[in-house]
Amino acid sequence: MPTKTRQPALLALEDGTVFRGMAFGAQTEAGGEVVFNTSLTGYQEVITDPSYKGQMVVMTNPLIGNYGVNDADLESPRPQVEALIVREVSRIYSNYRATESLDDYLARHGVPGIEGIDTRMLTRHLREQGALRGVLSSSNTQADALVDKARALPPMAGSDFVKAVTCRAAYQWDPDDMLSAPWQDAYRARHAPVPLPPVAHHIVALDCGLKWNILRCLRRCGLRVTVVPAGTTAAAILAHKPAGVFLSNGPGDPAALPYVFDEVRALLGQVPIFGICLGHQMLGLAFGGTTFKLKFGHHGGNQPVKNLATGRVEITAQNHGFAVDADSLDPQAVSVTHLNLNDRTVEGLRHRTLPVFSVQYHPEAAPGPHDPAYLFQQFRTLIEQQ
Amino acid sequence: MPKRTDIKRIMLIGSGPIVIGQACEFDYSGTQACKALAEEGYEVILINSNPATIMTDPEFALRTYIEPINAKMCEKIIRIEKPDALLPTIGGQTGLNTAMELADKGILAKYGVEMIGVTPAVIRKAEERELFKQAMQNIGLDLPISGFAHTVAEAEVVAAMIGRFPLIIRPSFTLGGTGGGIAYNRAEFLEICRTGLQASRNREILIEESLIGWKEYELEVMRDLHDNVVIICSIENIDPMGVHTGDSITVAPAQTLTDRCYQYMRDASIAVMREIGVETGGSNVQWAVDPKNGRMVIIEMNPRVSRSSALASKATGFPIAKFAAKLAVGYTLDEISNDITRKTPASFEPSIDYCVVKYPRFTFEKFPGTPDVLTTQMRSVGETMAIGRTFKEAWQKACRSLEIGRAGFGADGKDAIVRTPTGWLYRERGKPDVADAKAIDALIRTKLRTPNSQRMFFVRHALQFGYSINDIYELTGIDPWFVDNLQQLVEMEDDLRASAPNWSATQLRQAKQNGFSDRQLAWLAGTTEAAMRATRTQHGILPVYKLVDTCAAEFEAFTPYYYSTYDEGEDEARNSTRKKIMILGGGPNRIGQGIEFDYCCVHAAFALKAAGFETIMVNSNPETVSTDYDTSDKLYFEPLTLEDVLNIYEREQCDGVIVQFGGQTPLNLALALQRAGVTIIGTSPESIDRAEDRKLFQQMLKKLQLTQPPNDTVTNLDEACAAALHIGYPVLVRPSYVLGGRAMQIVYDEDELRHYMTEAVQASSERPVLIDKFIEDAVEVDVDCIADGTTAVIGGIMEHIEKAGIHSGDSACVMPPHSLSDQIVREIRRATYAMAKELDVRGLMNVQYAVRDATVYVLEVNPRASRTVPFVSKATGVPLAKLAARVMAGATLPELGFTSEPVIPYFCVKEAVLPFARFTGTDIELSPEMRSTGEVMGIDTDLGIAFAKTQFGAGVNLPFYGKLFVSVRDADKRYAVSLAKRLVAQGLQMVSTEGTARALRNSGVPVEEVHKISEGRPNILDLITNGEIKLIINTVSGHKARADEIVIRSTATAHNVPCITTISGAEAAIMGIEAIRARDGVNVCALQDYHAQAR
Repeated sequence: MPTKTRQPALLALEDGTVFRGMAFGAQTEAGGEVVFNTSLTGYQEVITDPSYKGQMVVMTNPLIGNYGVNDADLESPRPQVEALIVREVSRIYSNYRATESLDDYLARHGVPGIEGIDTRMLTRHLREQGALRGVLSSSNTQADALVDKARALPPMAGSDFVKAVTCRAAYQWDPDDMLSAPWQDAYRARHAPVPLPPVAHHIVALDCGLKWNILRCLRRCGLRVTVVPAGTTAAAILAHKPAGVFLSNGPGDPAALPYVFDEVRALLGQVPIFGICLGHQMLGLAFGGTTFKLKFGHHGGNQPVKNLATGRVEITAQNHGFAVDADSLDPQAVSVTHLNLNDRTVEGLRHRTLPVFSVQYHPEAAPGPHDPAYLFQQFRTLIEQQ
Repeated sequence: MPKRTDIKRIMLIGSGPIVIGQACEFDYSGTQACKALAEEGYEVILINSNPATIMTDPEFALRTYIEPINAKMCEKIIRIEKPDALLPTIGGQTGLNTAMELADKGILAKYGVEMIGVTPAVIRKAEERELFKQAMQNIGLDLPISGFAHTVAEAEVVAAMIGRFPLIIRPSFTLGGTGGGIAYNRAEFLEICRTGLQASRNREILIEESLIGWKEYELEVMRDLHDNVVIICSIENIDPMGVHTGDSITVAPAQTLTDRCYQYMRDASIAVMREIGVETGGSNVQWAVDPKNGRMVIIEMNPRVSRSSALASKATGFPIAKFAAKLAVGYTLDEISNDITRKTPASFEPSIDYCVVKYPRFTFEKFPGTPDVLTTQMRSVGETMAIGRTFKEAWQKACRSLEIGRAGFGADGKDAIVRTPTGWLYRERGKPDVADAKAIDALIRTKLRTPNSQRMFFVRHALQFGYSINDIYELTGIDPWFVDNLQQLVEMEDDLRASAPNWSATQLRQAKQNGFSDRQLAWLAGTTEAAMRATRTQHGILPVYKLVDTCAAEFEAFTPYYYSTYDEGEDEARNSTRKKIMILGGGPNRIGQGIEFDYCCVHAAFALKAAGFETIMVNSNPETVSTDYDTSDKLYFEPLTLEDVLNIYEREQCDGVIVQFGGQTPLNLALALQRAGVTIIGTSPESIDRAEDRKLFQQMLKKLQLTQPPNDTVTNLDEACAAALHIGYPVLVRPSYVLGGRAMQIVYDEDELRHYMTEAVQASSERPVLIDKFIEDAVEVDVDCIADGTTAVIGGIMEHIEKAGIHSGDSACVMPPHSLSDQIVREIRRATYAMAKELDVRGLMNVQYAVRDATVYVLEVNPRASRTVPFVSKATGVPLAKLAARVMAGATLPELGFTSEPVIPYFCVKEAVLPFARFTGTDIELSPEMRSTGEVMGIDTDLGIAFAKTQFGAGVNLPFYGKLFVSVRDADKRYAVSLAKRLVAQGLQMVSTEGTARALRNSGVPVEEVHKISEGRPNILDLITNGEIKLIINTVSGHKARADEIVIRSTATAHNVPCITTISGAEAAIMGIEAIRARDGVNVCALQDYHAQAR
């Protein structure tokens, strides 16, 4: 097994902390906010999730790349993380679906990675200090210079990364029903393929950094989806005559997106709305509430969320650095439906009179548990109740 | 939901003696459950026949019954204690099966006892394969193509339907795959079906499509009454399907699953939980995945805590059994707080930021008749777990944690295949070297293709031989990802060798990060371990300690559960200024070193914690209570090697180390630790050495005017023959410094001695062989005592039931002694006290004596915790190990209030439990080589009943009617006659072959004569196979077992017919039968009530 000669790489944080490791992926330099993700599986989905725009991700699972990268598990057309930070990247990949190694995939897309550092120490550091800006480089290994660069990066608060990841123009999702079938594997191929349900309604999804699995889930619920860019006005959205509007996940500070949440406000009462993650925050802001930055965010697949209506706990996938402030909302108008059991932050909202609801977490998972997958069906039901 | 207030008393059923497939992990889970329920204010009623468990310590339950675990006994207890509920899920398969029987027989209904956690219907659905299969089809899960059979004829129909070999045979309701197997041809198939039907409680077997070579996974699932479900851990087997999961090397978390595949498995596991209907608690779901296309089929689920859930608890830090107990009384997961983080709830899924490797430990060397081949029937006797930041680091730690003499994954001079200047050489003890490369290559192929306990080391050889990752995958089915990691280790070893010994600091650190031990590096560099350690520390290359925290550092963790790694980063071990005592555990369980020693370590931790010390536990065994995170103040889950222990000692700046409680493992480290400057507390290593070194020991006995059997130490064959001639045959021979009587034998003549010296051992001046006069027909006595330097107090004197010559671990024993004269007992006391004083024992000491006529011979002295300490403590109520720990830390016995030998007005019997059913082909005759895996205890005011209870507890059904087969050697015939008379008086019928039959008839005992095997059919084997024989008494004719006797005994074992191989054992059994007849059954009594009678 040939081993690539690895270049040394450096990760410098704005507080002066420096980690020395070895480069993988692209031999280049990148900067962003460093956050950690505790998912044990699904690195491919994580790195292709547009919500990570502007961020460098530390995987707490030390062994990454084991099963390579494949075509079916992408959440967007390319890696979105600014850089990937791991303890050890696998030099081979082993999976019948894999087409490429993680190393090659990142290199092909110009995304750098660093391995061989104490990622647990880094994670604990981020836990204590909060998410920090950092610069990763294998070309420049001058620690002081990199620390300065990290400090020069714009802070996450106030940053709009949505414009970097939203689609350029409106499009139809999977018009030929080729991409949305449930994950099919050989075990099922022995049986008849599972057909998609007929299209019952047409909806518009506002793309702030949409994950493909959301679209797959919506289609599987019988919803045909037109995806529109983040700057689309309420009037333009309504012009599609949607039975419902979906507000997507996405990167950055929600408060920096008045051009999105002002339009969302204009949609309230016009059409049933369902928001996920950033979409949930857009609704919070549209309702007149405020958002705040979490110390190090929620990034992982094991967050316990209590559904306050049923009292049951869902294990959820999450990926957000900001949250809606429960106290900022008018309790007469909006009710909190879900609560995070770790830190009691808001995980779900529902308007008391209008057909609008949202969750902070990711029912589409990818990666993560499927416990809250029922929410897509709930959206369809809400549409049908109108 | 808050906890239930309508129930107050909860009965728990333990798992009984340690057997293969059901070991001390159930003491770990049971102890957690007892503690959790008591913490919630419930009254716990416990039954467990295993005295070496922590859960049976009287303070862990309100009422503790050390009684045989069966429905009859449970009913008696229920009648007395009137529990409101029964929690059946923490006592392994034994607990579950017994609970089922209680439900089936209507006993639970009769006494109004509610089964909590699971219902009988759920258990049936999960355990009865036909119902299970139907349930899985209901939820659309894929299963292997299979069919059920209740007869061999039905089995053949199913085989024809599946249409190809190999076929897997799984009996219903059995433990660890007993009676199951893989059949590659029709003859094998029929044979396995027969044993499988025999082993199954309901005479049912499942025959299924072979999934050999598929990837195997397990998910640990928990569910509460509110239908919240979480996955605690995913476990991936490195050994693919075809090897029992208990015998597989496993890794956590799963390493080669995409999120899609993992989530599908997660969804399916949750669906299984719901469909089977496990309301609360933990379950384990096993899956197989076809590596070629991802087809996933369900293998089985266990609706209870299991060996895997113990492993998952240790691997993640999440206490599954504790929470399972709380869920059973009504809590929901979100109402229970995660002990580790304190702030977050238990309703989450642990994330881990390290890699865990579990490696099973085998003992095929003790069962020479059984080939070292791994199948779907579990054979490992223990396991070790290692934690590292990478798989490679964890892997090497696991290899050295196994304590099989390896310093890691090779690079230690212990390889079977070595590279010499002239080519490759294969070495196997007792066989000529093989230098033919083709032959070696063929051997490697065989060892890769057929799973065996050494397979991974042959994977290493294959890599050295130039096999590609794919070649190895094709031969073994081991995922290429794992093989590549092993390949990286081989490459690194080659690089290190090429540049040895001038390694840069970077190279050295890289080697350490890849788990290389100082011993391996020293071997590669041609230097000593100590020198390598010095070089390494000079470079500042020290391990850091990281926390096992359930959450991958997302939240602050409070439980101090650590592992070492050579990541260049942060050390999280918390500093403190308290006085610290380190306790070294026993490592992986093996025959001769098991739960008894862990029990002692746990007691030491409890006692010293209570006395204000900071206790630091070091152990590598995930099955134990000692590695529960709240047993000691700090837990280091680390290999028990000099290097790893020294690292912790130095990092923690300990004030002292206890090496005397963990069995031979820590003792073997004692001298080296002391040389490295470690303070060993308690009896000094010099004293320990004085007791173990033959010459020094002899001098001491001479000085004290004590007698020992004539003996000598020899280093070669000629010396051995001369010595034996001088001492006089028979002699007992054994290598020095061994555990569990390894390779110990009684030899009767020079031929046998020659054979032993050339085949069984390799004697040398470093490894001498000990020769003792074997005292025939002597009574053996075990004594446990504590001394503090001034005072010595005997804890208990045990008289063995079997005569001398059988390993003390395999003999039954009675406390107090029942046949020894007062004078003999006085002499034993005198000798014990004299030796305790002479050796300046500070802590525990165990002495073994042989008594013949009026002479007391000292056989051996061990100034350390012995296997019998828990038994003695259970018998008397005196916590010997706790007292000893306090003494070692400086307290005196008068201060602790222990100054007189306890007296008990009842009999306690300990009986060994043997694993022969798992090792077919090996003779079951008891010998000086220990082979038992566990023990049971029986207590009663009547000795016969106490003994009978141990037989029931060990699963031996003493018969009260029907036929007994008796066949004894000539010397035993006169005993046989008197025993037979007593049996006939009890209404039993005698069956014998010619010689014994004649002896019985001549003495007027009615007997049915049966053919010997060689005399035609029907013969004794037919009677056994047809179930006509209820008990066999068979003593070995002469000193060499005849082939047909071995066949009789192994047939008996296969058909679960009890077989007694000594006259003394037979006598005890008859005493038991008589006592039960006379008393019309047995009564139960709680340990707490017995202890109230002890003085």
